Amino acid sequence: MRGKPLAAVVSAGLSKFGRRDGFSGRELFAEAALEAFERCPNLDPKRDIDALIIGNMSESFEHQCHLAPIMSDWAGLLPAPSIRVEAACASSGAAIRYGLFAILTGLYDVVMVGGFEKMTHRTTAEATEYLAMASDFPFEQWNGATFPGLFALMATAHMHRYGTTEEQMALVAVKNHHNGTLNPKAHMQREVTIEQVLSSRVIAKPLKLFDCSLISDGASCAILTRPEIARKYTDTPIYIVGSGHGTDAIGLYERDSLTSLDATKRAAKEAYEMAGLGPDDIDVAEVHDCFTIAEIIAYEDLGFCKPGEGGKFIESGASTLNGELPVNTSGGLKAKGHPVGATGVAQLYEIYLQLTGQAGGRQVDGCEVGLTHNLGGSGATCIIHIYRR
Amino acid sequence: MSGEAPFTIEQFYRFVSEKKLMGAKCNECGKILLPPRPICPKCLSRNLSWVQLKNRGKLLTYTIIHVAPERFQSMAPYALGIIELEEGVRLLGVIQGVRHEDLRVGMSLEVDFDTNVPASPAWPPWPRYFFKLRRE
Repeated sequence: MRGKPLAAVVSAGLSKFGRRDGFSGRELFAEAALEAFERCPNLDPKRDIDALIIGNMSESFEHQCHLAPIMSDWAGLLPAPSIRVEAACASSGAAIRYGLFAILTGLYDVVMVGGFEKMTHRTTAEATEYLAMASDFPFEQWNGATFPGLFALMATAHMHRYGTTEEQMALVAVKNHHNGTLNPKAHMQREVTIEQVLSSRVIAKPLKLFDCSLISDGASCAILTRPEIARKYTDTPIYIVGSGHGTDAIGLYERDSLTSLDATKRAAKEAYEMAGLGPDDIDVAEVHDCFTIAEIIAYEDLGFCKPGEGGKFIESGASTLNGELPVNTSGGLKAKGHPVGATGVAQLYEIYLQLTGQAGGRQVDGCEVGLTHNLGGSGATCIIHIYRR
Repeated sequence: MSGEAPFTIEQFYRFVSEKKLMGAKCNECGKILLPPRPICPKCLSRNLSWVQLKNRGKLLTYTIIHVAPERFQSMAPYALGIIELEEGVRLLGVIQGVRHEDLRVGMSLEVDFDTNVPASPAWPPWPRYFFKLRRE
């Protein structure tokens, strides 16, 4: 299986991310689906799409379960069978993986994967409460943990062990906000300075407002096919060549390490081995920067730098648009926004644009290999995919 | 008696209301299960016993929560930490009675209990443990 194309991505779509007053999740998903259809005129969605796998985190936001048939209907795909997968913020990363599996069984030729979350109509307190449900109720939520709090615990441990600084974390926000200004679909299109990040109000020490990703509305989708039939639909498919999935204990306190995520390391090992590639082969990556410290830890766990050197890696400029390994060219969760269920496939969307040369002002020249890294919760789930032109 | 109690979260918090920090111990491989659970995740044994843990530990990491969930809003800003107990297992909880600027990774803390649970029909009816400075 090493290096073999497992599935092709023949199209992808993304709704505008941000505060989308007056829209519900299903309408945002239709917006994303429409873009994917328009990009791929050779595909007849009703006839060709065999199934839909949709990622979504929480039915609390819209008081709505049984979401998959609704998304299938609003995208015009009925009666194609559809199912929702949930893995907190990694829900649509999981949709990619299970879409890939559906293709690999031979049962389906063409599968749409996607994700969505409609969040901003809720108060911050409500949204915080719903998001916190992805941590352990009896031992984390019940004892005062919040999501920023859990990542702040990792940040304190990382600072203590490796000397990582708040300035280094702030650089992640500065970089991703810059990239966001080049992405018309990003929630935030505004530069921030280190000083602004450092002087923003404390959410969970040492994390401040500008260390945190955004509560956003949005939807994403991609169309996967068997590799052999991809060229029926497009001249510029990209191929999924590696997939990895790591699972760990739900409670941060139960895990061996507070400075590294085993789920990421295991998922990365699986994906790299499947692809026959290593960290040095990656030209562009979208990583799960739900908080700035998460991007620094991702650099280390993905092997982009040595353990403990994530702070130096961002400082070196290696992950900027013009660096040797541009990370979060879309603006990441930090600036593009984080409608949680949409995020995994939104990362795929960015890699699709990059590898097909459609990323506009943020295009990375000559990139051939891309990676997506999608975390669920505080790291109990990690889903990684590797793509080639 | 406690050896026969079910290895559930509910039972863990029943012990907390008796001011006892209890874990399950696997009688096959010796692993201490915190949270307690009915199957040892290491060796799959169901031959378990409740053991009382010493309330002493060291602070592994901490944060100060400024933006708090609803039920903690009146306490904010408050300190939250992960401690490693002398038995080698870890626990997350609120740190009380320590000035925030005095918090240090590695400092000695002990577990105490707030069993004053206001009567409420809301689930869950659990008391809370918390961490405080260890008196030598």
